[in-house]
Amino acid sequence: MDLAFLGETLLRLASAIPTTLELAFVSVSIGLALALLLALLRASSVIGAACVRAYVFVFRGSPLLVQIFLIYYGLGQFDAVRESFLWPFLRRPWWCAILALALNTAAYGSEIIRGGLAAVPAGSIEAGRVAGMSRFTLYRRIVLPLALRQALPAYGSEIIIMVKSTSLASIITITELTGTARQIVSDSFRAIEVFVCAGLIYLAINFVLTRAVLLLERTLTPHARGVPR
Amino acid sequence: MQAYFSLIGFGPQGWGAQLAWATLMTLSVSVAAFATGTVFGVAGAWAKLSGGPVLRGLADAYTTVLRGIPDLLVIYLFYFGGSALLTRLGTLMGHDGFLGLNGFVVGMLAIGVVSGAYQTEVMRAAYLAIPRGEIEAARAVGMGRALMLRRIVAPRGLRIALPGLGNVWQQVLKESALISVTGMVELLRQIHIAAGSTRLPFDFYATGAALFLLLTTITSLLFRGAERRTQRHERAR
Repeated sequence: MDLAFLGETLLRLASAIPTTLELAFVSVSIGLALALLLALLRASSVIGAACVRAYVFVFRGSPLLVQIFLIYYGLGQFDAVRESFLWPFLRRPWWCAILALALNTAAYGSEIIRGGLAAVPAGSIEAGRVAGMSRFTLYRRIVLPLALRQALPAYGSEIIIMVKSTSLASIITITELTGTARQIVSDSFRAIEVFVCAGLIYLAINFVLTRAVLLLERTLTPHARGVPR
Repeated sequence: MQAYFSLIGFGPQGWGAQLAWATLMTLSVSVAAFATGTVFGVAGAWAKLSGGPVLRGLADAYTTVLRGIPDLLVIYLFYFGGSALLTRLGTLMGHDGFLGLNGFVVGMLAIGVVSGAYQTEVMRAAYLAIPRGEIEAARAVGMGRALMLRRIVAPRGLRIALPGLGNVWQQVLKESALISVTGMVELLRQIHIAAGSTRLPFDFYATGAALFLLLTTITSLLFRGAERRTQRHERAR
């Protein structure tokens, strides 16, 4: 056991944690907004529902790494893309990773939210209508809060999956946690120690996130507390 | 359009043969990984259900750790770590220089171990969902443990576990794309090569996505068929 090496490795890996967290946070935020839109679109019309179903089918049925490559390497094939105002973003690995991760999590997230929407009791919606709420108010005050609360546990696991998925960004040259670990390995040739350290950091991040979601769940369901078991 | 089809077709200019072979490789490494995972899953579920505190603790640690770290990291650990161990072992035996692990074996083991963690949970839940009365009835007629496993627990549990196992399979199939980092020529690696040599990355990555979609769709239909078949008796009621 070379403690000095382990300590140095942990320090170097720790300096990459913010990149991993930022990737996860930005893509989950964009993905959540997109998922909400998709779920509402799916509930709105027949054509909308068909489009969302196709989107979900494609993004859930193919590997995330293929999606990342399709965006990072694939889009540059078209002159129209390379001459557009989006090119400064799409040529950068960072934004390609964010885009792929966000589009991917939006597909899973929209299904989770759809489940939440389906679980809103019809009585609550009727009560809202009887009280004279407009469609917008009804959604803001009744449907969305109930649906999001219902969807939270499943969404929590989706966030964990996303944190793990950010490791794929290392394949398109982003030096987040996994990318940094690979660099250290290619400098030191000590694969096992370094990758185990990186794994421990991922575990710690996911442990904290699981706790945070659990805490949020408890805060959002005050009525469920104090019930004798 | 014509140009695209001659590009991915089986003609002299086409990449069809390579793509077909690579698809077969993806399918076989996925099947091998899933089967490896089933071995780990059965062992893990058994340890969690009827092991002592030590075995149970080990199984808990196994499922927590492998479901909490990225699959890519597990593949790297097996690929680079395995090669490092092998090289060290080789040096001990008098072999000079680097010894590498085969990409297929690394993929099978790494993805197998990860999917085993998920399969452990699926199988454990399936066992607990078997109605207790059936197990008591089997005991009452004097079945031994092996016979009970073969006649009651395995068929009954498998039927309950099938949807969950189907999900794990889909996951394995998609994660198999990560094995391309070892340089093994499976579907994504072949697509990567073709995209580079033709300078038509979009065409090829889109084709790759379509082939993966084809694989996931066909196999999910197979799983659904199997589910329906095992639930025949429940529909008849």
